[in-house]
Amino acid sequence: MSFWLNIKRVARYGFIGFIRNGFVSLSAVLIMTITLFVVSGLIIFGAALKSTLNQLTDKVDVNVYFVTDATDEQILDMTKMLEALPEVASVSYLSRDEALAQFRERHKNDQLTIQALDELNDNPLGASLEVRAKETSQYESIAKFLEAQQAQGTTIGKSIDKVNFYQNKTAIDRLSSIIETSKRLGAIIAIVLALATILISLNTVRLAIYTSRNEIGVMNIVGASKWYVRGPFMVAGVLYGVISGIVVLILLYPITLYISPALERFLGTFNAFSYYTENFAFIFLTVIGSGIALGALSSFLAVRRYLSS
Amino acid sequence: MIHYDKVTKVYNGGQHAVEDINLSVESGEFVSFVGHSGAGKTTLLKMLFAEVEPTEGAIYFGSRDVSTLSNKELLQLRRKIGTIFQDFRLLPTKTIYENIAFALEVAGKSDDDIKADVPHVLELVGILDKMWSFPGELSGGEQQRVAIARAIVNQPDVLIADEPTGNLDPINTHDVVEILKKINDLGTTVLLATHNKSIVDFVGRRVVTMDQGRIVRDDKMGKYIL
Repeated sequence: MSFWLNIKRVARYGFIGFIRNGFVSLSAVLIMTITLFVVSGLIIFGAALKSTLNQLTDKVDVNVYFVTDATDEQILDMTKMLEALPEVASVSYLSRDEALAQFRERHKNDQLTIQALDELNDNPLGASLEVRAKETSQYESIAKFLEAQQAQGTTIGKSIDKVNFYQNKTAIDRLSSIIETSKRLGAIIAIVLALATILISLNTVRLAIYTSRNEIGVMNIVGASKWYVRGPFMVAGVLYGVISGIVVLILLYPITLYISPALERFLGTFNAFSYYTENFAFIFLTVIGSGIALGALSSFLAVRRYLSS
Repeated sequence: MIHYDKVTKVYNGGQHAVEDINLSVESGEFVSFVGHSGAGKTTLLKMLFAEVEPTEGAIYFGSRDVSTLSNKELLQLRRKIGTIFQDFRLLPTKTIYENIAFALEVAGKSDDDIKADVPHVLELVGILDKMWSFPGELSGGEQQRVAIARAIVNQPDVLIADEPTGNLDPINTHDVVEILKKINDLGTTVLLATHNKSIVDFVGRRVVTMDQGRIVRDDKMGKYIL
């Protein structure tokens, strides 16, 4: 028998079955919509968490302050040494003049301090390097490296006035642990939610097919091959997935638009709506893809139960 | 054509459904299996199309042992055997046309053949006017006619009818038996399991009487005797 003729017939029965079992199809679509909604919610939640954590991480750095008479050469050497460390993401240089300008800017409303500064003939501030690590947990080893330089008393080591790591240590440690916990918690919540909703979907499709179990038995006796029996149910399962996916994608547009301002106040720069529109292709493929996979797999498993006899 | 060779079936509970059955059926015969409920008639017939496997012994269809068939061969076998049941077993979400067409599709018929064959067979069993109805909209007698039409549309070698008249009134019962006789006259082997004395006597062909899983009588041109 021609392969394409079979495909055509299976597809047609799948569509007809979907429409004739309207109520069952509707409930399967509703449940799967909730599942896919959770899936897309998890994608957006994950992106929001990542963006927020990145913002927090960006705020952390270690500053190396040089003595006022440190030479440009010493500072340059220090920069090179730091940049050579595997933990270091970036090193940025702040010259003495820039430090002074920043200081004046920060204290422009504080007349007393400005006057005191003006009375000094020389710039009392040293140059500094702002060091960012790849991970927040790596700041300690960078600080240790700098300390070792000071302790060895090399020319470069002598040029260091102070390193502000230990002043910030408690804050950095706490932030590190918050970030780690959030990541782990986020992953656990995502897995549990995804599993729960997938199980509910599987069960709904199984119930939908349960009503057809006698039919499957009859098809067996008439001599239909397993794929010929299974096919239409899988087509219907894929239809549940595609329709639910489209419903979710349509609903996400007004929902992200609505929650974006509130979320942005709470999370800083993360904007759910622009994330949705900018990553639409990715979200589309994930949501529709999971819908198709879930629908087809659920049907496959459900029919298998009644095919065995 | 069909041969049961020392066949025994024991279900999981240890209950012997059929025991030590030896039976041969020639092509073109009309055999009525009679006996009380639980005598083993249904088990005996189900083993022929491998819906039930024998615990001991073998069932031959032609020269092949049914239990040794591959999945693919089993499907081909089932397409050579038409089946009718007391509860009709139609596909409730498909129209009468689609119910019959399904059996033809499974057998690999083309769309053109299906369009020609379905009305033809429905006319044969007298319900052409119900072609676009659903099974739920038909009476019991009409549903059984659809089941017969589905069973014979692929021109099977054997037609198995398991209590086909159990849910029907006397008039429909008579009609169904007439149809079965007609099918048999056209050359199809018919195996009929029933409690109904009047239809066995009306058919007047070979009667196999079963009791507690064993064959107790086998009469050519028999009557219903229990």
